[in-house]
Amino acid sequence: MLSNWIFVGIFISIAAVFPLLPIVLARFLAPRKPNPIKLDTYECGMETVGDTWVQFKVQYYIYALVFLVFDIETVFLFPWAVAFDVLPLFAVLEGVLFIVILVGGLLYAWRKGALEWA
Amino acid sequence: MTVEQAVFLFTSFLILFSGFMMVTRQNLVHAALYLVVALFGVAVIFVLLEAGFLAVVQVLVYIGAIAILMIFAVMLTRGNATEEQESMNAGFGWAMLLSALFAFALIVMLGQWADIGAMAPALDAGRSTIEELGSALVSPDGYVIPFEVASVLLLAALIGALVVARPQKGGK
Amino acid sequence: MSFINDPIGFLAEWITNFLSGFLPEAWVIFIVTLLGVIITASFGLIIVIFLIWLERKIAARFQDRLGPNRAGPYGLLQTFADMIKLITKEDVVPEKADKLTFNIAPILSVVAVLLIWAVVPFAPGWIGTDLNVGVLYIAAVGSFGILSILMAGWSSNNKYALLGAFRAVAQLISYEVPMLITLMVPVLLARDMGMMTIVESQNLWYIALAPISAIIFMVSSIAEVGRTPFDLIEAESEIVAGYHTEYTGMKFGMFFAAEFLHAFTIGVIFAILFLGGWRGPGAEEFRLLGVVYLMLKGLLGYFIVMWVRSTLPRIRIDHMLAFNWKFLTPLSLMLLVMTAILDKIFGDTALRLPLLLAGNVLVLFLGWLALRWASRRQTKTRRVFKKRPVAKPA
Repeated sequence: MLSNWIFVGIFISIAAVFPLLPIVLARFLAPRKPNPIKLDTYECGMETVGDTWVQFKVQYYIYALVFLVFDIETVFLFPWAVAFDVLPLFAVLEGVLFIVILVGGLLYAWRKGALEWA
Repeated sequence: MTVEQAVFLFTSFLILFSGFMMVTRQNLVHAALYLVVALFGVAVIFVLLEAGFLAVVQVLVYIGAIAILMIFAVMLTRGNATEEQESMNAGFGWAMLLSALFAFALIVMLGQWADIGAMAPALDAGRSTIEELGSALVSPDGYVIPFEVASVLLLAALIGALVVARPQKGGK
Repeated sequence: MSFINDPIGFLAEWITNFLSGFLPEAWVIFIVTLLGVIITASFGLIIVIFLIWLERKIAARFQDRLGPNRAGPYGLLQTFADMIKLITKEDVVPEKADKLTFNIAPILSVVAVLLIWAVVPFAPGWIGTDLNVGVLYIAAVGSFGILSILMAGWSSNNKYALLGAFRAVAQLISYEVPMLITLMVPVLLARDMGMMTIVESQNLWYIALAPISAIIFMVSSIAEVGRTPFDLIEAESEIVAGYHTEYTGMKFGMFFAAEFLHAFTIGVIFAILFLGGWRGPGAEEFRLLGVVYLMLKGLLGYFIVMWVRSTLPRIRIDHMLAFNWKFLTPLSLMLLVMTAILDKIFGDTALRLPLLLAGNVLVLFLGWLALRWASRRQTKTRRVFKKRPVAKPA
């Protein structure tokens, strides 16, 4: 089994090299004429107004939070799905109970308005 | 030096290095990115322990959800994108001494643990690890109670976090 | 095995025997693995060149025009021309950008997509590596892509890039939930997470056993790639160019190539999970036929992606997120529960197909009823305007 993962390890290294080649090639072939206007930050052709920061919108954080809970839920469910053959119906219903409890959580988030973008 | 040992040494060095960099960086987003490297190193260690499922779960949950949550939190609350923090405070000396003592105690304790070189018990032939894990999770004389309690715990965590972070009506 | 039946197996054996003559065994395994990696990675990259041309031609035909037809016969060399153009463009790195993160982000983006090809089963026995967690591995390397977008947006030190990156990440992580849940349905039906096993157990294609799950998987994958109607990520008219505003030249080219390759890759993954992968008449005998079948089915999936792209307008971000959390996630969870219970009770009988199909249609019907009820509720709360006197010509 470990030999399978060695393939992945080598793959990561080679896959990191492949995009590097055109970029390095571009370093030789492309002109390099930096001037202050070109290196400035882009803001629709004007001077930038204020520092680079974004107004804190808590909604981004809440989506990441709900995603985290559902991510962990699916991770628990994957072994359950793989062991499906050897599980009796009772065990399948336990998995369904797991899902139902978390659907309750989704409903709570929905009713409390946590899933609204506004 | 087998391939496994070489990979283990390289990965451990990577984890320790990125852990050190993470706590000493002044730019918080850099620290978060070093955390991602450290978590990836832990995933490689899981692979070396022949726990491929835990390795992908580590990447999927830790790097794909928790690290992104942390980076969101850092980027959204730190305002200025390149603001720098002081990385050490006044209690630096005492903290270093305490953690060195703790590390020493851990190493001594682990060194004297008899089972440290033991291999994991072998599985019955014909059943894969994930199948075993799955049936252990939901079998009544397995871990079914912790499995269901985990779902309740996740529900509680979701509700608690939403109560704390709830968007105020009227826009924030 | 003869050369006609199994070219790659034959070549691998030949090279192994040749190298064993003068190299120790560990080196032989390493070199053969390295060759396998290079072939798989190159396959992915070379097919991008063809894909960009295909995409432009087909998008053009949908829009009743010809598409590139100047550079080479039928415009086949257009992508090469574009690549040469991108390489010779100046690589502008903004002054206040975070150099290391700025440079790593496009590379990480390509790596994340290329890594998926390591577990794609091309034919019986031809797979990069048959990991026993293949399906979850695909979801896990998607998270590297998400990280690369966040890195690109933040390191550009540009308000628009940062805002675009946040919205992009919000969209990607939201749509990963129904994708993971519908990924579980083939795993459930095949009782294994390995990609090769899923293909081998598809005596009946899983799209027949779980059609709605397949559609939800396709929709959430389109959202994961960031294609129209979910292409808020690079909505040019709204936030300039989103997270890759400050990228020029070949680094932008890498993001571009990664997106196209990702779109084709999800077509191939859809084909593997739901359309039977390399299965087809004669695929076990002649392995190359398996590759042909997989590529044809993958191109069908890719064609569906392009078709949807040319047909639908862009969806607003609040509609998009509401669609995901309030419709797709509950629907996919219901489908998972229904598939699990029905498959456990009737899995080994001949009733499997009709019952699962009926269950899918039932859940879809319930979902449609729920949508109708929700839209009725919304209509009722619309303000009713008072009747005003209408101006009449004298």
